Amino acid sequence: MATAATPSVNDALVEFLLRTGDNTLILGHRISEWCGHSPVLEEDIALANSALDLIGQTQLWLGLAGEIEGKGRTADNLAYLRDAAEFRNALLVERPNGDFGFTLMRQFLFDAWHFELLTALTQSKDPRIAEIAAKSLKEVSYHIERSADLIVRLGDGTAESHKRMQDALDQLWSYTGELFIGDAYDDVLAEAGIAPHPASLKDKWLAVVSRTLSEATLKIPSSTFMHKGGKRGIHTEHLGFILAEMQFLQRAYPGATW
Amino acid sequence: MTQPVLPSLDQVRQWLSVVPDPEIPVISLTDLGIIRDVNWDDDTLVVTVTPTYSGCPATSVINLDIENELRARGIEKITLKRQLSPPWTTDWISAEGREKLRAYGIAPPIDGTAADGRLMERIERLASGSNLAVACPRCGSSRTEMVSRFGSTPCKASWRCHDCLEPFDYFKCI
Repeated sequence: MATAATPSVNDALVEFLLRTGDNTLILGHRISEWCGHSPVLEEDIALANSALDLIGQTQLWLGLAGEIEGKGRTADNLAYLRDAAEFRNALLVERPNGDFGFTLMRQFLFDAWHFELLTALTQSKDPRIAEIAAKSLKEVSYHIERSADLIVRLGDGTAESHKRMQDALDQLWSYTGELFIGDAYDDVLAEAGIAPHPASLKDKWLAVVSRTLSEATLKIPSSTFMHKGGKRGIHTEHLGFILAEMQFLQRAYPGATW
Repeated sequence: MTQPVLPSLDQVRQWLSVVPDPEIPVISLTDLGIIRDVNWDDDTLVVTVTPTYSGCPATSVINLDIENELRARGIEKITLKRQLSPPWTTDWISAEGREKLRAYGIAPPIDGTAADGRLMERIERLASGSNLAVACPRCGSSRTEMVSRFGSTPCKASWRCHDCLEPFDYFKCI
């Protein structure tokens, strides 16, 4: 097998921005599915507001991806006109919502990672990335506070809520490993001081996650098997269904505006 | 052709100080602290605006309102610039703006209550700082509690008062 050439910083940047923007886009879309269906009004509002934050951040990340790519693609083009294999989000964020506990566990595992990623990105040598990270971090700080708080309340709650949270953790844990696996693009950006190497976020993430889960009386599964593929465009069947709904309008009526 | 006399920047700022926020019309865009700069580039007025929250749906309405207001005042060439850095903070809400919020029924932001993403440390910090209590905008009581970190708009949280028993919005710190 031939050794792949080292990607250019520019290509690595575009890839990284797509990954970052696709994570916020797909999770934002997922949690927007709860709008009008949450167990209580406050949680409905919280999920809808978190979705709004994530989709707002998506506009910034994908907007910059399109700008650096230089082919005239806007954030909207990238969100609405790519097929599943071109999406670069982690598999974790495309998992179906399940029950409210499952949604919250997915959110917590993601928020804790998102918080560490953004914190590191505020030190990026690329000021365009640092400024989006600084803006997003303020919003994500509220996300992690809320999800961590609820994980403790529900995990250390009733027998029923505890069981549901433990089930959710058991099902989702094997989707967290991918967040910390780097590739040639990550190596280039870490070397250039533009983005942290994914592996470097693991210890901090695990510290926050372990502490919160332990307070929630939940046990981290012992299995070390991890799913992966999303970062390379290899997705589960669930992404296709998300895109079918999210992209319908632009696919059926190309270029529609309002 | 005679060169039209361009209004002074003070005049422009004065005009912008009466443009209401579309979601909380009791305060103006300048009270909110989101107008970061106003300048003439030759005969084009450049207004630099920073978003409050990255996904706030009011952002595009705000831009439209600024443009409409300035056009109504006779300015023909306007450029709106988005500036992300430094990111908007509730510290930029003017003292007058805070009073207007309170009178309107929204508890104004209290410095030091911004989320820092470390729940446990934050609870300890808040518990040790009694001056951080959010006062009820209706009865003034500080016996209040947070119901949710999120509220009716991205910039607000939901709280309730234990004395007058009313729920209220708190303009949360970021």
